[in-house]
Amino acid sequence: MAAVTLQGIAKHYDAHQALSGIDLEVADGEFVALLGPSGCGKSTLLKIIAGLDAQSAGALHIGSRALRHERPAERNIAMVFQSYALYPHMSVYENLALPLAMRDLAAWQRLPLIGRFTPGYRRRRAAIDRRVRETARMLGLEALLARKPAQLSGGQKQRVAVGRALIRHPDVFLLDEPLSNLDAKLRGQMREEIVAVHARTGVTTIYVTHDQIEAMTMADRVALMMDGVIQQVAPPREIYADPVNLRVAGFIGSPPINALAARLEGARLEIGTRGVTLPNAVAMTGRCICGIRPEALQIADADAALVAGRITRIEFLGAEAILSLAPDLPDLPVVQMRCHPEDIDHLATGDTIGLTARPEALLLFDPDGARIRFQEARATRDQPLPAFLPLRSEAHG
Amino acid sequence: MADPAPAISAAPAKQVSKQAAPRNEPSGGKARLRDRLAGIALATPATALMLALLIGPTLAVGFLSLTDWGFGARSFAFIGLDNYAEMAGDPVFRRSLINTLVYVGVVMPVSVALALAVALLIQGGRFGRTFFRTAYFLPVASTLVAMATVWQFMLHPNLGLVNEMLRLVGLAGPNWLTDRGLVLFTLAWIGIWETIGYNMILFLAGLMAIPGHLYEAAEVDGAHRPLDKFLTVTWPMLGPTTLFVIVITAIRSFRVFESVAVLTQGGPGNASQVLLFTMYRESFVYFRAGYGAALTIVFLAFILILTLIQIRVIDRRVHYA
Repeated sequence: MAAVTLQGIAKHYDAHQALSGIDLEVADGEFVALLGPSGCGKSTLLKIIAGLDAQSAGALHIGSRALRHERPAERNIAMVFQSYALYPHMSVYENLALPLAMRDLAAWQRLPLIGRFTPGYRRRRAAIDRRVRETARMLGLEALLARKPAQLSGGQKQRVAVGRALIRHPDVFLLDEPLSNLDAKLRGQMREEIVAVHARTGVTTIYVTHDQIEAMTMADRVALMMDGVIQQVAPPREIYADPVNLRVAGFIGSPPINALAARLEGARLEIGTRGVTLPNAVAMTGRCICGIRPEALQIADADAALVAGRITRIEFLGAEAILSLAPDLPDLPVVQMRCHPEDIDHLATGDTIGLTARPEALLLFDPDGARIRFQEARATRDQPLPAFLPLRSEAHG
Repeated sequence: MADPAPAISAAPAKQVSKQAAPRNEPSGGKARLRDRLAGIALATPATALMLALLIGPTLAVGFLSLTDWGFGARSFAFIGLDNYAEMAGDPVFRRSLINTLVYVGVVMPVSVALALAVALLIQGGRFGRTFFRTAYFLPVASTLVAMATVWQFMLHPNLGLVNEMLRLVGLAGPNWLTDRGLVLFTLAWIGIWETIGYNMILFLAGLMAIPGHLYEAAEVDGAHRPLDKFLTVTWPMLGPTTLFVIVITAIRSFRVFESVAVLTQGGPGNASQVLLFTMYRESFVYFRAGYGAALTIVFLAFILILTLIQIRVIDRRVHYA
């Protein structure tokens, strides 16, 4: 097992800059998700780590080895592909055994018929057989060893792909959108299985996905990528609660964060004619963007409201409800609130209401989208933040 | 190859008949009858053409093979299986059958192997893909009779390009088309030259259909040497294509005729006598149409066997999907 370190990784294809200035440290045994919209470069980055592609600039280390043009097998990494990439003509057993046969048997020992008469063949084959059966047992594939991939369900194929990747005891385990071909129910189940496999094997894992639920539920840390740049690397809770910019805030969370044009005057935040006093001063005056998570909003009287308007839509999702509001001010987008269904039982589409949020829950951004932080610690928080955050250390310092 | 006519004619018939039946018709009986009539009416032209051009003539040839009819004769006698009995003892027939099998036995493996090699080179090449693809495909697009004449000039023992080139390196070229031991292989080479392009296109299509992820997976699994990649991914994934190409090539080379007719007329002796040329000569040179018909039936039986294999093979193509 090994840590993975990326320093200033860049990749360009002719004029197109796919990745620039990627810095990322994945600790030994850590599970990191590379999250981002399609085309953001996350799969390219994974291919560079795997050795299927070479970086144009920058340094990549797995353990203490600096890597650039080394082949995937030389890096002792393993990879699961979105399409599973199982060999369709081979049985599950043969698929699982292939990486071991390639590593442990010489080319002439892999020849059909002749191979079995070479010295050491039986011993090595027996070792491979043991390892295949062990891996199959771990993933519940014992009954399927004789089948061809075409005879497997999506989840079973996925499990074979994971098995084929882990059978060599790789230093680093790479997964490229492994669950996107599965239906929703199976996806939930496979999420659990992959996390369980990671917990059991302790292999350093880098997991590429465009699905924030996968990233948030599985990873120790999430690296959010956009336009070939890592925007933020943080544990799931932190990247949600404390985004560094509006794009991160907008990408993570569903329904997405409400981003409203606002003005800052000292500790006073105004949205149109309404306003709120912030608990702490911010180092800025003038135009800004006020981000409010849907669950931070609550219903308020018209005079205490931060935004008011007409209800355009109410969606009941069982345990929660999503209320959409068209603000009475021009230029403001539809605002969405997430709440308990009982809280809005008395409301109907077309009603006019006001919404507000606790000032501490507001996330402020400058007009370019960069986060504006409160100058001093926020008075209250639902969850303690990790100690290394400057916000907290200042509060205690 | 199987005739596509029935499949093509059936599909529009179905569509049109659906449109012809109004949705709001109260009872289905009348509409169903009309559907059926429309279907029959639309299928009739294709069926009639098939009967007139394919099935009818085949039955007629089968019947003629049981007679002693001479081409252009006013009468004939029914002689049962005598033609087939004669064939069994006919050295020319035996010669042409063996020659045809040898020809197929040479053309099929060499053409398939070379076409695969060319396809792999073109696929893996960095430049000139279109140029090489076109260059190798040209023989398929050209008229073989004309090309055979060109080959005749090239293979001329004294003036031909091939022997001139050999002379440059100090070799005395043989008489390519008049040497008894060589002529069949010279013809086979022309057959290979002619079929490579077609097979190459089929292989290129097969190569293109192999998902790139499999190569990446092979790379990650340690099968990164070209031979390992070929054996792990390319060759097995091309399996269905290869079987198809083999059968297609067998059928095509079984029908060898033009090059023989233009270049050797089956000679010298009967050294390049092949089935289709024997059939042609018996029927239209010696006017022994009855015997020629019997040869045709035997030829047809071989093609039928190859076609059945081909259908099996096409069934297997679905296997990996």
